[in-house]
Amino acid sequence: MQGDGQLNSTIAVDARNVGKIYGNGNSAVAALGDVSISIQQGEFFTLLGPSGCGKTTLLRCIAGFETPTSGTIHLSGTDITHTPPNERPVNTVFQSYALFPHLTVAQNVGFGLKMLGKPAGDVAKAVARVLALVKLETFADRLPQQLSGGQQQRVALARALAPEPEVLLLDEPLSALDLKLRKEMQSELKRLQTETGITFIFVTHDQEEALTMSNRIGVMSQGALLQVGTPHEIYEHPVNRFVADFIGETNFLEGHINGAGVRLGTGDLLEVPLEGPLEVPLDGQLGAVTLAIRPEQIRLAAAVTGIAATITDATYMGTDTHYTLGLSDGSHIVARVQSNSAGTYGVGEAVGLSIDAKAVQVLKA
Amino acid sequence: MKKQHRQQRSKGANGWLLSTPALLLLVFAASGPLLIVALYSVLEKGDYSGVRWILSGDGWFRVLFERDIFDQTVSLADANLSIFWRSVKLSIATTLVTFVLGLPTAWFIATRPARVRAFWLFLITIPFWTNLLIRTFAIMEVVRNEGIVNTALMKAGLISAPIQIMYTDTAVLIGMAYVYLPLMVLPLFAAIDRFDFRLIEAGYDLYASRWQVLRGVILPIIKPGIIAGFILVFIPSLGAYVTPRLLGGGKNMMIGNFIELQFGQGQNWPLGAALSTVLLLIVLVSRVIYTRASSRDNPHG
Repeated sequence: MQGDGQLNSTIAVDARNVGKIYGNGNSAVAALGDVSISIQQGEFFTLLGPSGCGKTTLLRCIAGFETPTSGTIHLSGTDITHTPPNERPVNTVFQSYALFPHLTVAQNVGFGLKMLGKPAGDVAKAVARVLALVKLETFADRLPQQLSGGQQQRVALARALAPEPEVLLLDEPLSALDLKLRKEMQSELKRLQTETGITFIFVTHDQEEALTMSNRIGVMSQGALLQVGTPHEIYEHPVNRFVADFIGETNFLEGHINGAGVRLGTGDLLEVPLEGPLEVPLDGQLGAVTLAIRPEQIRLAAAVTGIAATITDATYMGTDTHYTLGLSDGSHIVARVQSNSAGTYGVGEAVGLSIDAKAVQVLKA
Repeated sequence: MKKQHRQQRSKGANGWLLSTPALLLLVFAASGPLLIVALYSVLEKGDYSGVRWILSGDGWFRVLFERDIFDQTVSLADANLSIFWRSVKLSIATTLVTFVLGLPTAWFIATRPARVRAFWLFLITIPFWTNLLIRTFAIMEVVRNEGIVNTALMKAGLISAPIQIMYTDTAVLIGMAYVYLPLMVLPLFAAIDRFDFRLIEAGYDLYASRWQVLRGVILPIIKPGIIAGFILVFIPSLGAYVTPRLLGGGKNMMIGNFIELQFGQGQNWPLGAALSTVLLLIVLVSRVIYTRASSRDNPHG
């Protein structure tokens, strides 16, 4: 699954050591620093990261709106690093939709094919087909400003899909929609991607969106690609504290490696598996580490068993209840417990907590 | 209910009372002179100047036709027609020249950072503060035989004798293009300023070349600004008086000069009034075309 940088026919986009620096001299800002990534053909790939992490810059380099300062970008084996955007078989769904206000929905959708010099009959057929795909057949003659936000979004999608690009780039296309519409469009996008088989590169800062839609996710921060993997890999085995923190909720506990496990500040020993792609060097037996623990991997029981803790806050969330727990060394962690499970605890109550050691991720301190 | 009704009515009456000064101004200062012009155009011309209060179609007749003094045969007034034609031709040329020069200028200004933009716009509007006569004399200084252009070209050895620009249609065109350029730049700037530049990226992304983006995306979207600029330059060009008078000399007349001639040496006020009304009608028609075109293209206003 992991792209190894080898050029072969199943790789749609291959970015190698791509860097982008804006400005020069002292005012130079590196938006991208040496990013390498291989995106498979037919894959739904998500670039995930906070704003300003370089994900949009990378997307714009693939689209051709920016030229990388260093490195190369290959599309299906062809070097397109310096190809102008209108000569790349790549289309973009813009965050602002960027629909042409003077053209009808049908003319917007047919724009790309028309520019490619396709005969009017073929364009009309393709437009009808793509509009049916996004369920906007009846809106063909409307102007963009006569449509709702969600409909404009579909037009933008149809317009980018109509020329049947090799790769479809989506720049936070759902961020302007309200929650309900966003959920609808998420499954819609997933459906379209499966139906068309086109490689999707999706940029978002919404980790939930990334987890539910993608085949693979690339997590970015400060111009660097931190981790590439399936949603499961990213969630269960984050490679560092940033990824663990950015994807879902995570508790961080400090500890030291001690024999077969990690000794916490409280003195309790957690028998976490010290293997796999760990970020920490394991040679030093007493190395300081950070443990990333998901709130759902913590179970509560009556005091005496497990690690001693006191409940400092309890929030009822419907199906779950979130407990904030104070440990004996002064640190706090959050546990998510199903509301209808064993028992409920009140603030101030002393409990014992057990942690699913196999699910704990060991990170650099 | 009844009271409310009365209140509304008195409010309405007050409204009329309050708008009286504006109405008076409109009736006497705006419509009045126009009505006088319209009236004079259907009167008989006076012996030396002015009018005689006798209804006559002669003023309007002579807009397009002339009657031979000796045999009374009616023919098309070639002189008038050639003046009309020159006016329209020069006005269209002025409009096109200002558009070709104005579009890149307006684009340049609209794409500057907001702070510098005001400065560039200020530079564009500076000529408005100077008297038209003085600006026209400045152009004369540039194009006349001993002027800047000819002197420079001769010093550079490119020409041996000065090129005659003064007192030609070219001189009038240069002068009018210079005078009316801001009237093209400003509405174009306003349109480009509202233009969403991300649409250009969308165009490139959808396989359009630079030329196709200009023709298929930019120009149609800034069309209201283009039409506004065309109208704002074309209308005053058509009625231009000072510039063609000074740069075109006596013989390269435009409608404006021709009208002035009728009220002066020509001593034919009805013809002058009829010509003025024709000019006004052309302007009105242009305005209607403009309003139609802009309201259809830009429903948001």
